[in-house]
Amino acid sequence: MSQDPLLRVSGLEKSFGGVRAVRQVSFEVGRGEIVGLIGPNGAGKTTLVNLITGVVRPDGGRILFDGADVTTQRPFQAARRGLARTFQIVQPFPQMTVLENVAAGALFTGKAASRREAERVAAEQIAFVGLQPFAEAPAVSLTLPNRKRLEFAKSLAMGPRLLMLDEVNAGLNSAELDNALDLIRRIAARGITIILIEHLMKVVLGLSTRIMVLHHGELIRAGAPRDVLADPRVVEAYLGQKFAERYGRLADA
Amino acid sequence: MRTRYVLLAVGVALLVLLPAYGGNYLVRFGTFLCMYAALALGWNVIGGVTGYPSFATAAFFGAGAYAGALLQVAHAPMPLAWVGAVVFVAAAATVVGFMILRLRGHYFAVGSIALVEVARLVASSWSDLTGGGMGLNVPILPGGPEYAGMVFLYSMFAVAAAAFAVGLWIEHGKLGFALRCIQQNEDAADMVGVNTTACKIAAFVLSAVFAGAAGAIYASWTAYLDPSDAFSILLTLKVPVMAMLGGAGTVLGPIVGVVVFQAMEELLWSNFLEIHHAILGLMIVGLIFFLPGGLLSLGARRRMPARATSREVPAE
Repeated sequence: MSQDPLLRVSGLEKSFGGVRAVRQVSFEVGRGEIVGLIGPNGAGKTTLVNLITGVVRPDGGRILFDGADVTTQRPFQAARRGLARTFQIVQPFPQMTVLENVAAGALFTGKAASRREAERVAAEQIAFVGLQPFAEAPAVSLTLPNRKRLEFAKSLAMGPRLLMLDEVNAGLNSAELDNALDLIRRIAARGITIILIEHLMKVVLGLSTRIMVLHHGELIRAGAPRDVLADPRVVEAYLGQKFAERYGRLADA
Repeated sequence: MRTRYVLLAVGVALLVLLPAYGGNYLVRFGTFLCMYAALALGWNVIGGVTGYPSFATAAFFGAGAYAGALLQVAHAPMPLAWVGAVVFVAAAATVVGFMILRLRGHYFAVGSIALVEVARLVASSWSDLTGGGMGLNVPILPGGPEYAGMVFLYSMFAVAAAAFAVGLWIEHGKLGFALRCIQQNEDAADMVGVNTTACKIAAFVLSAVFAGAAGAIYASWTAYLDPSDAFSILLTLKVPVMAMLGGAGTVLGPIVGVVVFQAMEELLWSNFLEIHHAILGLMIVGLIFFLPGGLLSLGARRRMPARATSREVPAE
C-alpha cells in the first residue's frame, strides 16, 4: 500500500450556463477511507461525482486517480480504471436478467475474460448482496430496495477501487436502511474506498471516517465528523439549528 | 426452437435447389428473398439489437451499387468490383457513423433518412461520374440468363448466409452483449465500461457492409442503375418493416419477416397495384401498435412461463 491518496482533486470547476455548479473544489481521498459528502440539494454533489467519472468534463482543475491524470476520461474509461458509481435514480438494463446486468459490469471492465467467467463473478456478487432468488428475473421486475442491491452488485462486479454511492439509500424504510448500512460496511471491509453522498445523517454518521460539506458548489468544510458537525457554517448551510443542538447533546452525553 | 431451425434448413434447401426445378421467375423471386434477408439481417444489427432506428439502408445499398457498377465499368472483374464496393461502403459508414451516431432516437432516425436523400442527390447531380438521371449501364454477365440467374442467386445467398452468421455471433458474443446493453440503457452501458461510441460504429458498419454487398450484386444483376432505383426511399422503409414484422433484435425474426413480406407482396399486392403503398403504411402502424415484438413473439408468448417476479428478500 502506498501512502499517496487514491483520489486527488484540485481546483475543480464546472459551470452550466451562468450557474457555477462546482467552484474551485480541492480534496483528497485516502485508500480505504469512507468519506461522507453532504450538502443541501443543488450544492453540486452529483455534479462532482459526474466530473470524477467523466460524465461531464470540468472547465478547470485536475483529477488524479491513483497518480494518473483522469481529468478528461470518458465514463467507460473510468469504469475500467476502477472508478465505479451508483446512481441516485437506479440505472439497470431493464429487460435483462439480474445475472446479465451484473455480468455486464464484470465483462466490460475487463474483470472477466469471457461471458461464462463474467457470469461466475456476477453470481458471487449477487450472493454477496443477497439477490440470489432473483438472479434469473428481469431487472425491471425488482422492487426498489432490490434494484438498489442490483446497483451494488453491478458496481462490485466491476472490481472497483473507488465506489461512489450517490444517495443509494433514498426512499428506503428503516428496516431496509439497516440492511443497506450493513451492506456498505461489508463492502468497505473488502478494502474498497467509498465516497458516500447522503442526506440521511444516520447513515453518514454511522459510516464515515471523514465528512466533506459542499454548499453552492464550494467545499466549505472537511474533516472528522464531530468537528464538521460542530462548525457553525455547516449548521447554517445544511444541518439546521435543531439538529446541531440535538447532536451536541448526544455528543456531550 | 429446434423446429424453427429445421424449417429454416428446409427453406434454405428449397432456395439452393431453385435453379434445378424453378423457372426464371422463381429464381428471381429467390434472389430477391436473399437480397432482402441480407438487408434485414444487416439492419437488425444496428436497428434491432442496438436499438438505433436506422433508415440509412438504401444509402449504403446505393453506395455499394454505384461503387460496384463504376468499378465494373472501369473493367474490374465482377467479384473484385463487389469486394471494392464493400470496402468503400465500410469506409463511408465508419465516417458517417462517427458523425450521425451522436444523435439518438428520433433524431438519429431523421438523420439516417437524410443520408439516403443526400446520397441520391449526389448520384443524380454528379452526372460526369454516374450518368445522373440518364442512368448507368453495367456490363452484362456473359453465359445466358439461366447461368446469370444462378450466379446472382448464389451470390445473394452467400451474403444473406454471412449476415445470418454475423447475427448468430452477435447474439452470443461480447459485442452483441455490449450492443444489447446500449439498447437497454446507453448511459448505464457507458458506466459499466462499454466503449459505446466504438460499439455503435461497429454495429453501424456491420449493417452497412451487408447493404453495400447486396447493392453491388444488385447492380451487376440488373445491369442498369439510376439514382432513384439505387437510393430508394421505399427500400429504406421496407427493410426495417420486414425485420420488425418477424421480430427485431432476434436472429430468425428478420428472415421470417422477409419471407412473409415478400410472399404477401407477390400474392396480394400484384392485385392491389393502386394502393400498394397505403397497405405498407397500414402495416407499419399495425405492427407498432399491435405486434411490437413481431411474428416470432406470438410463438414465444404462448410458450414462455409467467415471468418470475421479485418480492423483498426477508431481512437476514
